[in-house]
Parts: sequence; structure tokens; C-alpha cells
Amino acid sequence: MDAHHIDALIEPTRVHGSLYTDPEIFAAELETIWYQTWVYVGHESEVPAANDYVRKNIGPQDVIMVRGADGVVRLMLNRCSHRGNKVCTEASGNSGTFRCPYHGWNFRTTGELIGYPYPEGYGGRGQLDLGLAQVARVASHEGFVFGSLSPDGPPLAEHLGDAAGELTRLTKLSPTGELDLSTGWLRHSAKANWKFIHENETDGYHPQFVHGSIFSVADSGIGALYSENSTAVTRDLGNGHSENDLRPEFRRLGQPLGWFGTTADRLPDYVAAMQTRHGDATDEILIEGAPHVMIFPNLFVAEISIFVLQPLAVDHTVQHVTAVQFKGAPDINKRMLQQCIGSVGPAGLLLADDSEMYERNQIGVGQRSPEWLDIRRGIDRETTDEHGHLIGGATDETGMRAFWSHYRELMTHA
Amino acid sequence: MREATGPEATAVPESLRRSVEAFLFREARLADEHAYGEWEALWTDDALYWVPAADDTDPMAHMSVIHDNRRRIMTRIKQLETGKRLAQAPPSRLRRMITNVEIAAPVDGADLEVQANFVVYEARESGTRSWAGRVTYRLRAHNGEWLLSYKKVDLVDRPWNLPTLAFLI
Repeated sequence: MDAHHIDALIEPTRVHGSLYTDPEIFAAELETIWYQTWVYVGHESEVPAANDYVRKNIGPQDVIMVRGADGVVRLMLNRCSHRGNKVCTEASGNSGTFRCPYHGWNFRTTGELIGYPYPEGYGGRGQLDLGLAQVARVASHEGFVFGSLSPDGPPLAEHLGDAAGELTRLTKLSPTGELDLSTGWLRHSAKANWKFIHENETDGYHPQFVHGSIFSVADSGIGALYSENSTAVTRDLGNGHSENDLRPEFRRLGQPLGWFGTTADRLPDYVAAMQTRHGDATDEILIEGAPHVMIFPNLFVAEISIFVLQPLAVDHTVQHVTAVQFKGAPDINKRMLQQCIGSVGPAGLLLADDSEMYERNQIGVGQRSPEWLDIRRGIDRETTDEHGHLIGGATDETGMRAFWSHYRELMTHA
Repeated sequence: MREATGPEATAVPESLRRSVEAFLFREARLADEHAYGEWEALWTDDALYWVPAADDTDPMAHMSVIHDNRRRIMTRIKQLETGKRLAQAPPSRLRRMITNVEIAAPVDGADLEVQANFVVYEARESGTRSWAGRVTYRLRAHNGEWLLSYKKVDLVDRPWNLPTLAFLI
């Protein structure tokens, strides 16, 4: 894919429809973004014990996340080094080895080849140096494990930049300082390009319309957060990351746990545990609540839900979603899980409607004209915050422009 | 290998079978035809409508596709009734088959447990797909009619990616 071609498709206030429909651009994105940069893969709490493993992904790549006997979490491609068969077929489990069912090659959880049947055919045992392919770089922040299939590139901390603080803010809401993402995942498939989903996650313009049906019948405070009068802001966190920072609204409300639609007296055990850990800072933490942040290119934290985007084709994306759970906080966990289930996934009262929009968008950009999509909303009222980040209003398309600016940089400077 | 999970094969009175099947067919038709109010009226006050996301899960500890108590069933219905639940606006065109009905031996004072297989054809502008699985129902006799206290839908394809499921399954 010619960098000049992509460059011509991205302008400050509009992007070309072919970015969502051209299979060659999708193939270039896999090589340049998904197989180069840091991609979120899984959480350390999903493999708590030695030899625990879960099947994960980096786009179409089938990745095994496994904790070795040494306690180290590794990422490997699920492909036997002999004939390419899958060495792991279960979604999760605990095993000290991965044995390929095709010819019985056996691998350690470090990826090292232990042995192969009838070794004389290879001149004896230990003659082959054919381990499973490792994801070249693995690093984590607050238990969130990221992988990069490229040995080169900026370190994770540089990639995350100030978005790292949003993950820290989430874990701060745990009375033990740890998350426990162990409730399993929904896998919601959409016939749409991954970028429509990425852009939607911090689009504060759509909730009143796409989610008007649920706001009108459920006693939800969410709608007001994304009204034209909201004091919330949309922030460009750099490197393609963006957030809807709802803290100004929650501070105005000034109610601990108001962000979760409840009050401190309804969750006394959780609040007491938070006070033990955070002392006088507890109220502020509980008032400000959880982040709403999209971390480029595939990790979306939506307060009580965690989404992972998996592009499979130019017009096919899977959203994996689970509930935020805090280690050692059973009372709030129970409520977060049930609220998450109600909101997300194929039947979610919120996400089913988002997904319908992605799919209609995908069909829409197949129409011949107008060829461009507009991303200018709020561009003339953006300001810069004390950290140098661009911020827009609650309903402005600052997050989309943040995405496209970084996307353009990656795709045209490769 | 797994243990079989269905009710013990028992001979139930033919009149009971007929009334149970009539209820299942009506529930299916009301869901197919988006007769939301009548469908909602089938449920007891302590109802649970559950579509697990995996085998052998605890809905209080694991993610589910749907895990609606009576209050959330009401919210789901109210949302559909706005006509602006975009994933169902316009509504899917639906018809489902209910078959292989097995009825557990009735126990005095307990809800009647029934299982059945189903296939639903869901047609939308974007295409037609089928959903299949097995349903466990619990029926409660009330004023000479059946009410539904529990409906668990075990989808055959739940271990893998699922598209939007915004109709009443």
C-alpha cells in the first residue's frame, strides 16, 4: 500500500470512505498497526496460577497467553512449528505442556520444543530448535498485558503515555489495587470495519440518539453526561488514545459512587475497604469514578466494562467484552457484573444498538457518494489542558481526530 | 463425555403434554410476532430469563448473553416498545420451530420443568440467519393457566462469535 495513497485519504476534517472498505488498506493496517504496535492481549488475572492459559488474539492471529512455571506471562502464536496445526484448541485451561494433535510434538509453556515422537527420523532427540513463535515483545501495565509482534518500536510506557494513568485510575477503584477479570467474555461479532467501532467508543455525540430508547425507559443518568450542556470533555491523549472525561460532571454531582448510579450506603463493605486503603482520598476517588478511555488500537475501558477489538476482515470485527471486577470486593462486583451483562454484548441494552449502527455505517460507506466522512465537530472550540492535551466538548469529535492523526502517522511513515 | 442433561423420560398425561405444548407454541408465536405486552404477561413476578454465554456457568459469577430478572425483562420490553431500539427498528422477521419437547414428572407445589429444542429463522435487511439450541422452561400453574417462571436458552453456537441478538429468543 502506497503511503501517499493513504495520506490523500485523511484530512483534518474528513476521511475517505475507502479507508473502511478497501481490502488492501485493511491488509496494510494488519502489517503496519496490528502486527507492529502494542496491542492489548489479556489481563494477568486471567491466568492466575502457573500453567494457566487462555486463547487470545492479535487481530486474526491466534495467540496463547500462558503463565509459565516461572510465573512469567508469555504470548505465543498458536501454530505448531512442524506443520502449522493448532497446538491449543481449548479456550482456556491449565497444562504444563502443549501437545500438537497432528504428530504429537510437545511444547513447554515457554514455547520450547520438548520432544517429538519417533525421534530417529530427525537423528535422535533434541535435534530440532523449533519452538513456538513468541510474540516479540510483551509488557504489562496494572496487569493489562500488551504484545507487539515487532521486536522494534517504542516501549509500552511510551505508547500508552497518559492513557496509562486511566488504567491506573481504574485499578485505584479496587480496594486491593488489583482487578480480577475472571467472569468470562462475550464475543460480539459485527459486520463492520474496526475503525467505526474505535471511533464510536469516545464519540459523545451519539449516545442521546443511539441509546435514547434505553435512556427514556431506564432511570439512567448517562444521557445527561453527553448532552450539549454537559461539562464533561473529550480528550486527545496522544498516540491515538482518547477519552470522554466525565469527571467534571461527577465532581459537580459530588456524590461518592454517583458515577455508578448508586450511593456509598448501598455498598458499605466496598466503601469501608476503600477507606482502609485510601483514607482521606477515598471520597475523591469514589466521586471521580472509572475512566471511559479508548486505548489505541483495541482496548476500550467503559467504566464497568472492558472491550477488546479484534479485526478479522475489512468488514468484520469482533468485540470481546467482560465486566470489570475488583479483587476483594464481592458486593460491588456482583452489581457491576449484572449491570455489565445488561448493557453489553449481542443482546445488551446499549451495545446491540451500537453494533447495529456500525453495520449500517459499513453498508453506507459502500454507497458511491459523498465519498467522505465528516469529523469536524467541535474543531473550532478545542482548547489545550494543563498537560498539553487537546480537549473538546462532551459531544465533540476530538477523539476521532485523535485516532486519525495517529493512524495517519503510522500508515504513512512506515 | 458428558452426562445427559434432560428431564427423566417419563410418561406424562396426554392432556398435560397438550397444554404444555400449547403454552410453548404461544410463547414462541408472541416472541416471533413482537407481541411484547402479551409476551411479558406470560412471566411470573419472580421470573428469570437467561441466555448463558458458556457451558456450566454461574450467572451470578460469569458473563451471560442475557440474564434478566423480572425488572430487567420489563426494561427490555419497554425499550423494544419505544420503537427506537435500533437493533430492532425495524424488527427482525422471525419464525421459530419448537420440537423435541420433554416434560419432567410433575412434582406437587413445584414449577413444571420442560425442555425443548428450537430453531429460529431471523430475517433482516442485512441477511437471514438461524439460531438454534435447547430451552429449559419452568412453568407455574396459575388460575388454570401456565405462567413462565424461568426460561434458559442454551445456544449451540455460544462458545464462538455471536452477532447481535436483540429480538426475544
